[in-house]
Amino acid sequence: MSEDMEFTFALILNGASIGLMYSLIALGFVLVYKATDAINFAQGEFVMLAGLIVAMLISFESVPLAIAVVVVLAVMIGFGFGLERVVLRPLLGRPVVAVIMATIGLAAVLRGLGPVIFGSETRALSLPIGDEPVVIGPASLPPIQVLGAVVAIVFFLAFSWFFKKSRMGVAMRAVADNQQVAQAMGINVERYFALAWAMAGIVSAMGGIVWGSMLGVDVHLALVGLKVFPVVILGGLDSIGGALVGGLIVGIVESLAAGYLDPYVGGGTKDFAPYVLMILVLMIRPYGIFGKRKIERV
Amino acid sequence: MLTINNIEVVYDRVILVLKGVSIDVREGAITTLLGGNGAGKTTTLKAISGVLHSERGQVTKGTIHIGDRRIDGMRAHDVTRLGLAQVFEGRRVFEHLTTEENLTAGGHVQKDGSAVRQSIDLVYSYFPRLKERRHQHSGYLSGGEQQMLAIGRALMSRPRVVLLDEPSLGLAPMLVEEIFGIVDRLVRQEKLSVLLVEQNATMALAVADHGYVMENGRIVLEGPADKLRDNSDIKEFYLGLNEGGGRKSYRDTKHYKRRKRWLS
Repeated sequence: MSEDMEFTFALILNGASIGLMYSLIALGFVLVYKATDAINFAQGEFVMLAGLIVAMLISFESVPLAIAVVVVLAVMIGFGFGLERVVLRPLLGRPVVAVIMATIGLAAVLRGLGPVIFGSETRALSLPIGDEPVVIGPASLPPIQVLGAVVAIVFFLAFSWFFKKSRMGVAMRAVADNQQVAQAMGINVERYFALAWAMAGIVSAMGGIVWGSMLGVDVHLALVGLKVFPVVILGGLDSIGGALVGGLIVGIVESLAAGYLDPYVGGGTKDFAPYVLMILVLMIRPYGIFGKRKIERV
Repeated sequence: MLTINNIEVVYDRVILVLKGVSIDVREGAITTLLGGNGAGKTTTLKAISGVLHSERGQVTKGTIHIGDRRIDGMRAHDVTRLGLAQVFEGRRVFEHLTTEENLTAGGHVQKDGSAVRQSIDLVYSYFPRLKERRHQHSGYLSGGEQQMLAIGRALMSRPRVVLLDEPSLGLAPMLVEEIFGIVDRLVRQEKLSVLLVEQNATMALAVADHGYVMENGRIVLEGPADKLRDNSDIKEFYLGLNEGGGRKSYRDTKHYKRRKRWLS
């Protein structure tokens, strides 16, 4: 392989692993949108919250990591359930904008409360995976990116199975399709809403751990949530497979932009390249690559 | 089986839609509810099944019972557990789910998967056409197939009472006959009690045992289906026949409107 190709390969590999980590967070967003039609602008803040909790547990209290993970999962599930009950259920049947505004407000509250409760310094969240790079062909990856990618793939497979094969998953899609009819089928719609938020909590907890470990944990961890939008709009707001593919595309485009364009313009292209792509995709396929098309019979 | 006793329904706490409606749906029979647009037929069904809550409607007076369980004010998903299923007007299949997934979702109240499987097979035995289309997105089925799916989906919860809202809507006459034939068989073989809301009064009165006529939120007429078929008002206003029983000819259209006798 020539040196050029090796460079490209390294960029793509790096982009793909980061992209899978974006997919993990986007998955939380998609789960909520799929079941409840609500756009969750606080997804990044969920991740931040989870990261803060884990970092605090393992730094201050010297709790073993395994217990910290269990605790953060429990807290985030509880948080999802509580959020649905307290904030979103009263908004049921209101315009979608009301829910969107509520999540924007929630994001601001979490960003403000995070430092108040957990302190504003950046904390390290170290996982016992060493820092020996993993060599793949001519390129190598930091172990945290490999772990993040693996976690993302596991969750992706688990959720695709859930929605395609399990009765609960099918019921959840039925709720997303038509709430009133789903009710008449004996489906407790509110319970499924709560379940969707709890699942988003689980995914955010895992996202918080891997992203927190890579970037360090402070309020800025919430910014990874911004990357969710190009990912889900590329892939389709309600498609699990779309979140995966969208994440890969955004990660790779970012990485290639950083590798090839940054030297000419002095950096920063990786932050807007995904959005340029997003706008292009919206022009060609407004519902994303895998998004639910509006079914029209003629 | 299903008894509705003098109910009043109010939307948004101010709009009175049903004004004292009483209907008795007998076990193992088809009872039909006729009436023009806006008479309150669909509201009656929604009041029974409990989906009224999500439209800001409320049953403010009267009672609804299945057997001896009182169900007014209960939530839709709990009513379904008591053995009541609703087939919505305009089919309302879960468009993005396949035919079989629609049925699975319909069987949500059943406890174990094998019971769901059995019910799916039962539905396929009545509607073989659905089996051919089992893996297709239901949004792309034809109108008749979607109606069959809507009925089949309602059967998945193994109900004792089925509310059927305008199954003939937008379907070709031949399909309407096919679907009514299957409904008739279902009632006899599965011992269902059906409350059928229809605009197609000819078809409804042909299959029903008992009928009610609703106008402006009130029941104005009630009787066995064959008596209703012979009622001159029904003939004129719902079946399009003249008093002699022949088909109404527009050559001798009256230029005044005869007053309905029940309004006197």
